[in-house]
Amino acid sequence: MKQWLTALALLVWLPLAGAAIDARPFEDPEQENRYRQLTEELRCTVCQNQNLADSNAELAVDLRRKVYEMVQEGQSDDQITNYMVARYGDFVLYRPPMEPATYLLWFGPALLLLIGSISLVVFIRRRMAVSVADSDELSSDERQRLEHLVGADSKKGGQR
Amino acid sequence: MKTRFLAPLMIFGAMVGLFYFALMQIGQGDYNPRDIPSPLINQAAPAFDLPAVTSDGSVSSAVFAQHQVSLFNVWASWCVACRQEHPFLMDLARRGEVPIYGLNYKDERADAIQWLNRHGDPYVTSGFDLRGDVGIDWGVYGVPETFVIDGNGMVRYKHVGPLGPESWEKKMKPVIDRLKAESS
Repeated sequence: MKQWLTALALLVWLPLAGAAIDARPFEDPEQENRYRQLTEELRCTVCQNQNLADSNAELAVDLRRKVYEMVQEGQSDDQITNYMVARYGDFVLYRPPMEPATYLLWFGPALLLLIGSISLVVFIRRRMAVSVADSDELSSDERQRLEHLVGADSKKGGQR
Repeated sequence: MKTRFLAPLMIFGAMVGLFYFALMQIGQGDYNPRDIPSPLINQAAPAFDLPAVTSDGSVSSAVFAQHQVSLFNVWASWCVACRQEHPFLMDLARRGEVPIYGLNYKDERADAIQWLNRHGDPYVTSGFDLRGDVGIDWGVYGVPETFVIDGNGMVRYKHVGPLGPESWEKKMKPVIDRLKAESS
C-alpha cells in the first residue's frame, strides 16, 4: 500500500518537476511572470517545436539564462525579444510579425476554414436539392420498375 | 462530371510529387527544413574578444579585417558532425584559398586541445567560448556552422552543418570567389 502511495505521489509530482528545470530566484513576482511568458513565447532553435521553457537543449538552457539576466537587469520585453530576433531572426518568435512573408501563416488557417465551410454549404445544398426532387414524384423508369416488382409479388401471392 | 471520382487520386498524386521533390532537395543538400535564415547576413560580424584555445593570446573580431575573405567555423570536440567535417577543413587549410578562424563553442579547453592534436588544426587560431556567449551573439544553433566574412567585417554567408566538397563547390566557393573579385 505504501509503495502504491509513493508511486502515485511521484506520478503527480513528475510534471511539476519538468516545469521547474532550473531554479531561478526572483525577488519580484512580476519579473518572474515576465520571465515565464518570454520563455514560453520564444522558440528553441535546436528543437524547433519546443519553446525555451520546455526545452532541455543546452542552447535553450543558455538562452533561458540570458532571458533571466536581461529581466533582472530591468530590460523590457521588447528589448529582450529584439535581442533574440537580432541573433536568430523572426524564427525565434512563436508569434512572428505580420508582414507579406507571413500573411499565409497568419491567414492560412482562416482561409482554409472559409474554403471548408463554403464546400460544406455547397455540398449540403446540393444534397437537399437532389433529395427534394426525388421525393415527390417517381420517374417513369422508377414507376415501371415499381409496378413490375409489385406485380411479380402479387402473382406469387396469387399462386399460393 | 464522370471524372470526379478521380479527384482524391489526383490530390494524392500531387502530394506524392511534392513530397518527392522536397526529399530530393534534402538529399542533394539544396534544402534543409531545419535551416533558419540568419539575420546576420550582410550585417557587421558581431564583435568578440576571446582567449585563444591553443595559446595564451586572444582572438578578436578584428582579425577579419586583415583578409579579403575569411571563414569563421564554429566547432567543438563533443560535436560528432564536426568530426565528419574536419578532414575537409584540413584539406581547405592545406590549399590555402581562404584563412579559417575557429570558434570553439562550449567545450573543455583540454578536450579541444587534444582534439586539435589528434586530428590536426586547420585554424589560423580558435577563440575559446566556454559559456557560449559569443555563440549566442552569432546566432549559433547547430554546430558546426561556418560563416563567410568579407574584408569589411561583414557576414556574407552562413552554412549550417558539416561542410563538404559538394556544399563547398555549390554554395560557399561562389560566394568567396565573388567577394574576392569584388575586393580586388
